[in-house]
Amino acid sequence: MTGPRTTGYARDVAVVAFAQSDHLRRTDELSEVEMVMPVLHEVLAATGLKAGEIGFTCSGSSDYLAGRAFSFTMTLDGVGAWPPISESHVEMDGAWALYEAWVKIQTGDADTALVYAYGKSSPGSVRDVLTRQLDPYYLAPLWPDSVALAALQAQALIDAGETDEPGLAAIAARSRADAGANPHAQLRGAVPHGDYQVRPLRTGDCPPVGDGVAAVVLAAGDLARQLCRRPAWITGIDHRIEAHGLGLRDLTDSPSTRTAAEHAGLFDAPVDTAELHAPFSSQEVVLRTALRLGDGVTINPSGGALAANPMMAAGLIRIGEAAARIHRGASDRAVAHATSGPCLQQNLVAVLEGDRA
Amino acid sequence: MTAASPPEVLRAPLVVEFPFTRSLGPVQSAFLTGLREGVVLGVQASDGRVVVPPVEYDPVTSEEIRDLVEVATTGTVTTWAWNDRPRPNQPLDTPFAWALVRLDGADTALLHALDAPGPDAVRTGMRVRIRWAAERTGAITDIACFEPCDATTAPQSLPAPHDGIFREAVTGIVAEARLDYVYSPGRAQTGYINALSERRTVGERCPSCHKVYVPPRGACPTCGVATTDRVEVGPAGTVTTFCIVNIKAANLDIEVPYVYAHIALDGAGLALHGRIGGIPYDQVRMGLRVEPVWTEGGRYPDHYRPTGEPDAEYDAYKELI
Repeated sequence: MTGPRTTGYARDVAVVAFAQSDHLRRTDELSEVEMVMPVLHEVLAATGLKAGEIGFTCSGSSDYLAGRAFSFTMTLDGVGAWPPISESHVEMDGAWALYEAWVKIQTGDADTALVYAYGKSSPGSVRDVLTRQLDPYYLAPLWPDSVALAALQAQALIDAGETDEPGLAAIAARSRADAGANPHAQLRGAVPHGDYQVRPLRTGDCPPVGDGVAAVVLAAGDLARQLCRRPAWITGIDHRIEAHGLGLRDLTDSPSTRTAAEHAGLFDAPVDTAELHAPFSSQEVVLRTALRLGDGVTINPSGGALAANPMMAAGLIRIGEAAARIHRGASDRAVAHATSGPCLQQNLVAVLEGDRA
Repeated sequence: MTAASPPEVLRAPLVVEFPFTRSLGPVQSAFLTGLREGVVLGVQASDGRVVVPPVEYDPVTSEEIRDLVEVATTGTVTTWAWNDRPRPNQPLDTPFAWALVRLDGADTALLHALDAPGPDAVRTGMRVRIRWAAERTGAITDIACFEPCDATTAPQSLPAPHDGIFREAVTGIVAEARLDYVYSPGRAQTGYINALSERRTVGERCPSCHKVYVPPRGACPTCGVATTDRVEVGPAGTVTTFCIVNIKAANLDIEVPYVYAHIALDGAGLALHGRIGGIPYDQVRMGLRVEPVWTEGGRYPDHYRPTGEPDAEYDAYKELI
């Protein structure tokens, strides 16, 4: 058995386990910790590790979804936080929590990490809630919602000849059809493409709003091999951001995704799988180009964010889904992408590889 | 026979409102003051581009930039999206287009609403002009929206340098926001709150370490497992520690000084907190035995008062402090 491709990083780190909840429109009967805990148990059980044996814990979530300050502290009860553990939190998608955990392992401070993320969007109106992440001087006072901003990007793509409405519908249909094989997805099979939400985007071009949880375990070196039959080595990971002014950007392109991909080594060799965090069908068009994905690459076999988009967890799920394919031998080299903010504002790219037989 | 329906979970409206006061700095102050005066300013980036709305740092080099220029109030739509169902707080309450507009003289686009009769009247490349708000205060909403204008309108000879100086500059904004939620506390806390309505206090026992958590949150933070075994605790308990409050809180009708205490209800594995009454503040002590006092219609104990029992031995509660 050979190891992963040489990375240039201090340590070889792999995703060794992934678990996620079923993603549902509402979970009124569950508090956040009640929602998170079964997924934490499942991901730890997959490795045989106990909560107290984890070197570092990092989570991703946002108080604005629940409308409560410091809501992440409640879910810490689910990881066994007493006596005190080494722990951190990002007010963002769990993919960025994974990045922090990966750095922690690179420094040698930890050999294993538990990364989890959750979003309980059902208490509020997520389209309105997300306006509060926008520039507070020029944008937030106008309350442009997440669908409206994505629709501006979609129209820019159509004007540029990059896609058209049937092309977007085809992406949506393929995603929901693929999600038929994903028991956790919220929307599966044929979904009516529906009316315009904000033209040119129709219901089918938009992600479902839902509640959900994801968790992964990271481990370094030989420990990863002990915990997992075929670890998904993170051979590259990087994240970048666009200028915050929407009107400063070319919305048909994603230079930050491309830069992150270059730094993650994506273009050094072909990939067979791409898990893209594209909550809107139009965003897949942008990402496909930025990541130079050819027709031979299987895109979002899980159904992607069009089938289940739990806020703050959907990006981590992309890394988890890509890793799970490597674990079971369905992929040898995969790219996972996560995004945050309007119109692909921030982008994280991770390249995952399995050991060659 | 049908399966028992799950106990009804509590739900209640939750409103979060936050008026953030933000200062503007020289560039944003000039821009927003300019809007109040009907003037649109941009800033020159290091590559010569005119950025509207202006930013304080160059988007490419990240150097500070503050060379202001005036641009036109007419412009061109660079992309748009038709919004058939305006949401609360958006600029117009009738169907409108969101549009990115590159004002004449600018190299970047500004997001705002475009008032048009329907989607067929909007296209990328169309000419538009600013419709000013009737009352202007120095905010992005001083632009009421954009409206279509004659395609033959000649672009003015802008951009032109501008000193950004106006009388009575706007130096800050108050960013008001209100978000509406329907909060549900979940299974464990619903059980706790429902029991309180019957003047009972319930906790949940950890199946692993057997500690009883009150109020229960559904998980044992030591073992990281679900707590599902419901246990009634109290009603009496022991003061484990306390403090004397000397400053009257706003909207709180309690005479100071008063005592706020940690109280370990009998059978509970940790203390909760409450006010101690029915005893002078300077006679409250660790180990004091207390019981809850409910007021008419109260949803939770108003305070705790001495039971008259002998004080608890220190060893009986020292683990719960």
